[in-house]
Amino acid sequence: MGLKRINIIKIISYSLLMAGAFSMLTPFIWMLITSMMTQKQIFSYPPEFIPDPLYIKNYPDVVKSIPVATYFFNSTVVAVLTTLGQLIISSMAGYAFARFEFKYREPLFLIFLATTMVPPQVNIVPLFFIMRELYWIDTYQALIVPGLFGGFGIFLMRQWFKTLPVELEDAAKIDGCNPLQTYFRVALPLALPALATLGIFTFILTWNSFMWPLIVTNSDNMRTLPVGLAILKGSFRETTEWGQLMACAVISVIPVIGVFLMGQKYFIKGIMLGGIKE
Amino acid sequence: MDYKKFFASNSWWAVLFILPAFLGVFIFIIIPVFMSFGLGFVKWNLISPPQFIGLKNYIELFSDEIFYKVLWNTFYYAFITAVFSILIPLVLAYALDRKLKGAAFFKAAYFLPYVTPMIVIAIVWTWMFDPNYGILNWLLGIGDSVKWLYDEKFAMPALIIVSIWKNIGYNMIIFLAGLQAIPESVNEACELDGATGFRRFFLVTLPLLTPTLFFVSIMTVISSFQVFDLIFLMTEGGPQNSTMIMVYWLFKQAFEYFNIGKASAIAYVLFVIILLLTLIQWKTRKKWVLNE
Repeated sequence: MGLKRINIIKIISYSLLMAGAFSMLTPFIWMLITSMMTQKQIFSYPPEFIPDPLYIKNYPDVVKSIPVATYFFNSTVVAVLTTLGQLIISSMAGYAFARFEFKYREPLFLIFLATTMVPPQVNIVPLFFIMRELYWIDTYQALIVPGLFGGFGIFLMRQWFKTLPVELEDAAKIDGCNPLQTYFRVALPLALPALATLGIFTFILTWNSFMWPLIVTNSDNMRTLPVGLAILKGSFRETTEWGQLMACAVISVIPVIGVFLMGQKYFIKGIMLGGIKE
Repeated sequence: MDYKKFFASNSWWAVLFILPAFLGVFIFIIIPVFMSFGLGFVKWNLISPPQFIGLKNYIELFSDEIFYKVLWNTFYYAFITAVFSILIPLVLAYALDRKLKGAAFFKAAYFLPYVTPMIVIAIVWTWMFDPNYGILNWLLGIGDSVKWLYDEKFAMPALIIVSIWKNIGYNMIIFLAGLQAIPESVNEACELDGATGFRRFFLVTLPLLTPTLFFVSIMTVISSFQVFDLIFLMTEGGPQNSTMIMVYWLFKQAFEYFNIGKASAIAYVLFVIILLLTLIQWKTRKKWVLNE
């Protein structure tokens, strides 16, 4: 195999990858460009690609026409609290399954694993009913609490704790720590990579979540960004304020892209782990 | 059992550590699964007391013409989406697997659609699909002849294009992991034997990748069966029910028509389909080995 042949393969590979990257990124660039155009320019044909004039007034305008700040605040509260809760609850259970000897450990773990097979859509009607019985409709509890639990996080944490050496925890025990202290002071700091994976995953999933917040909220004060933006899109179908719509879309996507780029390594690891639910 | 011994043992601590997770999973996953099953046998509008009607919801469902239309749409959407969400990432992962410069950039770029909220995707693509002002028709040079989301024939293909676009990054990462798990010695042996390019890909790489391929296929089909946001945000099932798929239909029955019994019956049909697919995947999961 000559040098020439290797080069041809490289050129083909690069061309394919560049073409792919172009189609992946175009919608994002188009969104950003459109968000800075005047109404007149947006509806020009053939399409124009450079905002002229640079019209950033779409951003303050959309903040005035819908409560973007409230939506943003709600999304942040829900995503952050769900992530923190999920991390504590899953890591504690995962730790117990990895370290403690107790009756029915294996069957109990299998029950948790089995719950990952249930598609959330199957449960949506009874969950709505439960929320209503608890008087949780249109509250933060409804947006946060059902998202705290799941087999995937427990599985992921258990796998991680199993790979850690026990010696450090034994030393802590000899020093008089009870299991709860050992878990918080010794095991948890060593589990940071796994916590990062689970945390980034939960944050992005919760931030993007749409069906559940749509069903359990009904006042503007409780809407999250995706739901608020969806209502804007619906009501704008006739008025066609695409500039403002794009501006709000840009605002909604920034936090997830930020979190993703910061924790890309862990996110990708989580995807690969998701594939091997033992 | 002696309670003193119990509190001195690990079992007590295990109860303490697992209880929050167990209660949550029990209340918010396990109970609803059984409730959903039960609700499939009642007539209920969320207000007046539920009425037991036996198998009537299911009988009605299976004699409803729309049900078969929805079922067909869902399978059509899921399988076409899966085929392209496998072929394209497979080729891209193979291209990316030759230690090229800029691999990190490509991974990040391909991944962006996957982490982006569906509402953002829906807004941008709805605008790009616009028959009169959208850039898609302009780029393709077809004027306003294809009306995409407004046309019975083209609405579903439009949604499938968006789904494939969103899926590519995720599947590519898994294929890349699969490709990197193939030992270097195999590739070296190929070179010695003169098996390169297409021959190597089809005769060596692909067979070694079969478990990954199978896993990705089933996962993609399963996630496609669960699609909701995309439909709700881009077509609302129309035009003329041409993009009506199961979860969106379930949602409409439950939260627009308050037909809880019928919605729960749909939910269980969906559950059985997904369960069958999951079981197939679990049965074969042992072959799916990942070496980091």
